[in-house]
Amino acid sequence: MKDLLWLIPVLPFLGALLNGFLLRGRIGKKAVGWIACGTVGLAAALALVLIGGYLVSRQPFEQDLYVWMPGGALHTTVGGVQNFTVGMGFLLDALSCVMLFVVTFVGFWIHVYSIGYMAHEEGFQRFFTYLNLFMGAMLLLVLGNNYAVMFVGWEGVGLCSYLLIGFYYKEEFPPYAGRKAFITNRVGDFAFVLGLFALISTFGTLKYSALFPQIAAHRSLMEGHFVLSLSLASFIALALFIGATGKSAQIPLFVWLPDAMAGPTPVSALIHAATMVTAGVYMVTRSNVIYQLAPGISLVVATVGAATALFAGTIGIAQYDIKKVLAYSTVSQLGYMFLAAGVGAYSAAIFHLMTHAFFKALLFLGSGSVIHAMGGEQDMRKMGGLRKYLPVTFWTFLVGTLAISGVPLFAGFFSKDQILGAAAGHGNWVLYVMGLLTAALTACYMFRALYLTFHGDFRGTHEQEHHLHESPPAMAWPLRVLAVGAVVSGWIGIPAAMTFEAVDLNYFDRWLRPVLVEIPGLQNPEHHPLSFELILITASIAAAGFGIWIAWRIWGRRGLAGEEAVVARVPAAHRVLENKYYVDELYDATVIRGFWATARALFRFDSGFIDGFLVNGARNVTVYAFSLGSGLFDKYVVDGLVNLTGRLLSGFSRGFRRLQTGYVANYALVLALGMFALIVVYYIVLRRG
Amino acid sequence: MLEVTTTHYLVLSFVLFAIGLFGIAARKNMITVLMSIELVLNSVNINLIAFSFQHSDLTGQIFAIFTITVAAGEAAVGLGILIAYFRLRESTSLDQATDLNG
Amino acid sequence: MEALVAHGPAILFYVFAALAVVSALGVVTLRNPMYGAICLLMTFLSVAVLFLLRQAEFLAMVQIFVYGGGIMVLFLFVIMLINLHRLPDIKMFAGQSPVVAVFAVVLIGFFGYVFLHAQLGTVAAHAAGAPAGQSLGNPQDVAMSLYRDNLLPFEIASLFLLVAMIGAVVLGRRQ
Repeated sequence: MKDLLWLIPVLPFLGALLNGFLLRGRIGKKAVGWIACGTVGLAAALALVLIGGYLVSRQPFEQDLYVWMPGGALHTTVGGVQNFTVGMGFLLDALSCVMLFVVTFVGFWIHVYSIGYMAHEEGFQRFFTYLNLFMGAMLLLVLGNNYAVMFVGWEGVGLCSYLLIGFYYKEEFPPYAGRKAFITNRVGDFAFVLGLFALISTFGTLKYSALFPQIAAHRSLMEGHFVLSLSLASFIALALFIGATGKSAQIPLFVWLPDAMAGPTPVSALIHAATMVTAGVYMVTRSNVIYQLAPGISLVVATVGAATALFAGTIGIAQYDIKKVLAYSTVSQLGYMFLAAGVGAYSAAIFHLMTHAFFKALLFLGSGSVIHAMGGEQDMRKMGGLRKYLPVTFWTFLVGTLAISGVPLFAGFFSKDQILGAAAGHGNWVLYVMGLLTAALTACYMFRALYLTFHGDFRGTHEQEHHLHESPPAMAWPLRVLAVGAVVSGWIGIPAAMTFEAVDLNYFDRWLRPVLVEIPGLQNPEHHPLSFELILITASIAAAGFGIWIAWRIWGRRGLAGEEAVVARVPAAHRVLENKYYVDELYDATVIRGFWATARALFRFDSGFIDGFLVNGARNVTVYAFSLGSGLFDKYVVDGLVNLTGRLLSGFSRGFRRLQTGYVANYALVLALGMFALIVVYYIVLRRG
Repeated sequence: MLEVTTTHYLVLSFVLFAIGLFGIAARKNMITVLMSIELVLNSVNINLIAFSFQHSDLTGQIFAIFTITVAAGEAAVGLGILIAYFRLRESTSLDQATDLNG
Repeated sequence: MEALVAHGPAILFYVFAALAVVSALGVVTLRNPMYGAICLLMTFLSVAVLFLLRQAEFLAMVQIFVYGGGIMVLFLFVIMLINLHRLPDIKMFAGQSPVVAVFAVVLIGFFGYVFLHAQLGTVAAHAAGAPAGQSLGNPQDVAMSLYRDNLLPFEIASLFLLVAMIGAVVLGRRQ
């Protein structure tokens, strides 16, 4: 059974092949849905089986399929000249199990949801083709046993993100947003690839099982100076992390994620909440051995994560589009994950990744349900009081909101608390405070969204009110399932402190332990006293509670009026927040305009100088020279010959005309002379002969 | 020198021939030209007779007869042309008979 | 007297040769064509004598009859017809006459040289015509040759005369 590991990524690709090529335009929507969800469902089932197998055996399983790039002799720093190859293979270990579960399970339910959500859209088959394609690429990413396969998946999900963001290609904005996403990602990928190159040139391999032990063994090499006052480990770690900022929407490359909301809501749920954006966190965790040897860069990772979390939270509180609120919320939560990874709490990061997948997907699908009911309206100012029209949506959305706010017993509480605990535990108090503030903010803006959407009076138009209806089962059931997940998924990572250290219920942490490379000599985190931990837990709960209370005061009780009152108090600040700190405008004015100006200048150089001067100049010179030459040739040589012929003839004829005197006597004389000449000649010949 | 050989006759014939040639080529009067032609033909006859006597062959004399015949015919036609031309141009000067000029 | 008889043929030759040359010169140099015609007649007669000296009696007679009696008469008639008393010819000779004179002299010189150095062999023993003893006299011999051996040319010559006559008549007609 384990040998069927390769089938897991292949099944969604098969679905994409069927819907995209072989059966394109030939089957009805029902069949399309069955194929798409069926392949993912089978993959999910197979994944569960294999995870179960691992659960029992706790043996990582590696499957090498074939040699993808034979490569050749390569000089490496550690091993001299080696034969560098890249193979296609998959690895099933603790980390990939978690990712596999999240991707297939959540992915499957989102596929089912999409059948209902996209039922009336054109391009139904195209949507599912892209969605399946994405699933295949994401599975390659998480299951790959070397960085090259991960990178294939990395780029593949980027491509599918572009395709799906720009799904409504007939409008103006979606294609632009798709391009923005792809290009911003590519900026990060450039750095990512540099990191891979450094790994290749040093170790001659990209395979995890071969690479990580070598990295741990060559600690001094990794910590030795490499370039730009960075150690080798720092360089690689930084390069890979820049790639992660692109893929996982951290500062400074996060700008594509809010605009990516132009895609259909299931896309936002799957790609931009649960799976693709988490690839960066997965990558950092997978590379933990490198990050452990680069403490400076790890600190950078944590700082960027915390800063992004806080930054995005402040923006989220001033947004009116419900999807934008969730988008910034995603950026913020991803920041949490990087904060955790940066301080070394890799299992906390992955734990939060998993819980976040559940509740964020749930929240997005819920918002999709609302948008669907509102006939496409996404502005919360036009909503209100929807809880009575959309009960299922409301209750599941509430569950998600509670989970993300870190309310105890819900999933988010456990994972977020672990992160904050790790930050404080490593002594990064600044980061801890930032994280705590963000927690309060998260609760605040999420409940703001909840209140504005579901509470109060309906603020939309009459037609919209008539249109309001609960979602069909295809959409409602995934909401229910994910809501259960949003609650339950946290229970496998209960920190020891919460049971007052009686029982270690932190299964998750133990589960993930084998993935973390133990580097001898590296300082292990201190163990803090129980009271310390309990204080932190209390602080987290307090922060969440505070945020909810503020939200209730402003929006819960007074709805939109509360919003307006706050805005009136701090109009300038609000404007800045609402316009996302003008980051997009800043990028546009500097980087983008710079590139355009350079491109235009180069184009002008090319067309003006190269084409214009050189090429056209050469042409003109040649044409002129040839025309001149041929003109002169024609005039002097050709015409000259013609004229010469004429003149010769006329000269000859003039000469000969003189013979024709018309005077008979002349003719007689000439006759006589000629006769005489002949006789003389004859005489001479006769004499000689 | 006293013995008259064929050579004497030949020289004589060529002298007459040259004189006749002079008359054809150098005189402007058409009639004089025609008379010079007769002179030339006559000199040829002298030549023929001389050789006929030399080789005791009558062929020369027969040839001379025919030459005389041709000369007569030619003189008749030539004078006819002259008369026709004279009627046209009222002149017998060769200088004016240059219509074939050019 | 004996000298005269012995050299009779030579003397006759030189005398009549000179006469022929002089009258030929007269033909080409005299302005009046009438005078020229008379000179031409003199030339013909001289040449006839020269023919006799070479034992071509028939031809001498033919020369006198045809040339002197026919052609000269013709010339004289034409001269009279043309009414040439108006002769304002300033120049008698054409522009190219010097060239022609020179050429004539060269011609004489060249051929004189040729003939003087030519090996002509001895004169035949007998007169032209039938072998010695068999000759019936020149006219008979000529007749024999003409009507037997050279009949075709004879007939052609007669045809030629016919054509010439027709031509002369046509040309001489007044339109």
